[in-house]
Amino acid sequence: MTAARATSARMPGYSPLAVERLVKIYDTTTAVDGISFALAPSSITGLLGGNGAGKTTTIAMILGLTTPTSGRVTVLGAQMPQQRYRVLQRMNFESPYVGLPRRLTIRQNLTVFGMLYGVPDLAERIKQLGEELDLTDLLDRQTGSLSDGQKTRVALAKSLINEPELLLLDEPTASLDPDTADWVRAHIESYRRERNATVLIASHNMTEVERLCQRVIIMKRGRIEDDDTPAKLLARYGRRTLEEVFLDVARGRGIQTEAAQ
Amino acid sequence: MSAHAEGALVYSPRRVAAMMLRYWYLLRSSWPRLIELVYWPTVQMVTWGFLQYYIGQNAGFFARAGGTFIGAVLLWDILFRGQLGFSISFMEEMWARNIGNLMMSPLRPFEFVTALMVMSLVRLAIGVIPVTVLAVAFFGFNLYGLGFALVAFFLNLMLTSWAVGVFVTGLVLRNGLGAENLAWSIMFLFMPLTCVYYPVATLPAWLQPVAWVLPPTYVFEGMRALLIEHVFRADLMLDALAINAVLFTGGVIAFLALLQSARRHGSLMQTGE
Repeated sequence: MTAARATSARMPGYSPLAVERLVKIYDTTTAVDGISFALAPSSITGLLGGNGAGKTTTIAMILGLTTPTSGRVTVLGAQMPQQRYRVLQRMNFESPYVGLPRRLTIRQNLTVFGMLYGVPDLAERIKQLGEELDLTDLLDRQTGSLSDGQKTRVALAKSLINEPELLLLDEPTASLDPDTADWVRAHIESYRRERNATVLIASHNMTEVERLCQRVIIMKRGRIEDDDTPAKLLARYGRRTLEEVFLDVARGRGIQTEAAQ
Repeated sequence: MSAHAEGALVYSPRRVAAMMLRYWYLLRSSWPRLIELVYWPTVQMVTWGFLQYYIGQNAGFFARAGGTFIGAVLLWDILFRGQLGFSISFMEEMWARNIGNLMMSPLRPFEFVTALMVMSLVRLAIGVIPVTVLAVAFFGFNLYGLGFALVAFFLNLMLTSWAVGVFVTGLVLRNGLGAENLAWSIMFLFMPLTCVYYPVATLPAWLQPVAWVLPPTYVFEGMRALLIEHVFRADLMLDALAINAVLFTGGVIAFLALLQSARRHGSLMQTGE
């Protein structure tokens, strides 16, 4: 952990990611409708929601890829997207829906992205990631020839190449078998712990969210429907799993009181 | 406004080198890509070379105008392949769904454009240099014999190809791969208008002013003046350079505006059709 990272993480009230009254309207469709939240430093937060809930648009605005219609996104102290070049070096993103060049080997891909992010001692960093993500024997294989599980680990390696303080993950275990998915989750958790990183995970996988996240934000039709710790959500909805809570929210059943049950 | 984001003009040679390395890795790993670079310029040069050989045997004027067709073919290829090299390097990112990764990295648009420009030169060198050697071997036409004039022709053609390339790149960023065909076809609009194989005077009078708006027209006229009349028309090259400066600036402004529009419309996350 860098000195700057340690200092900012200790500042009272500091949030590595703050979203205020964020709105995104595409023509006549409101994709994100006035959402606000702020993440605690060194936490993992789950962003849940069905298809079209606005998760991907929210993440795109956080990354500076999409310009908000109104509202404010502050990442590591910088306004997005106007001041994005101040902080892009300190954040990263992984998604199964964004690819890496297939004909390049893992080492070549990591070299290119390491240079883009200005990673010092790049060869050593790639070696380290190879060991941490069990990719050492695959480093000189073409990325396109890998299995889905291996590709996910490579995408994770790319997202960790610059040791980001803010890590955004979009369905990090989609299409993985349970064993590989469990392994990836363990790695995300250990990365957060060791580097004091703040992580935002967009996911449909409730097991993943329950296991990793200290906080869950549930979106529906561009709005935040609920926002709390997993335990409090379970208690409030009177459910045993987050999946049941998610279904309640998605189907508009609202909070189930004990009397109603 | 994304185009004017703070720090957007900070320039890192290391990031430019990273992108060039990425395209070099790709070229090196794919022999079909390498062969394709040489294949079409060779076919063009051989076809037009034999045509010129035939005409030269039967017409005194063309016999004196040795090399105009082959020269035109080679210069046209510099223009066409220059733009294609720029656009294809960019589209490799779209095909690999990698554009989101790049746009969320610290890579600045100007660094990206620089890398694409340099890679268009690299691809051109791989494709056209062997063909210029073949032109000497097959038809005794030495493009490098044009000397300083070749530098002026090359500079102007590359500037036009980059201006068109950067504009097309912006269109594909904004509209997705649905606009891909423009990259392959837009330069063919230039072929009849820039008078690659015939003098501007051949065009109808009303179309000639349009031809003179395009910098390659000056280059092809200049080439004919050099090969037929043995005169280097510096005035034509300077006019072309002035128009190219306007075109290139316009291309970059359009690219930045289209990138900004892509950010507004969320196109950078969805880069399919």
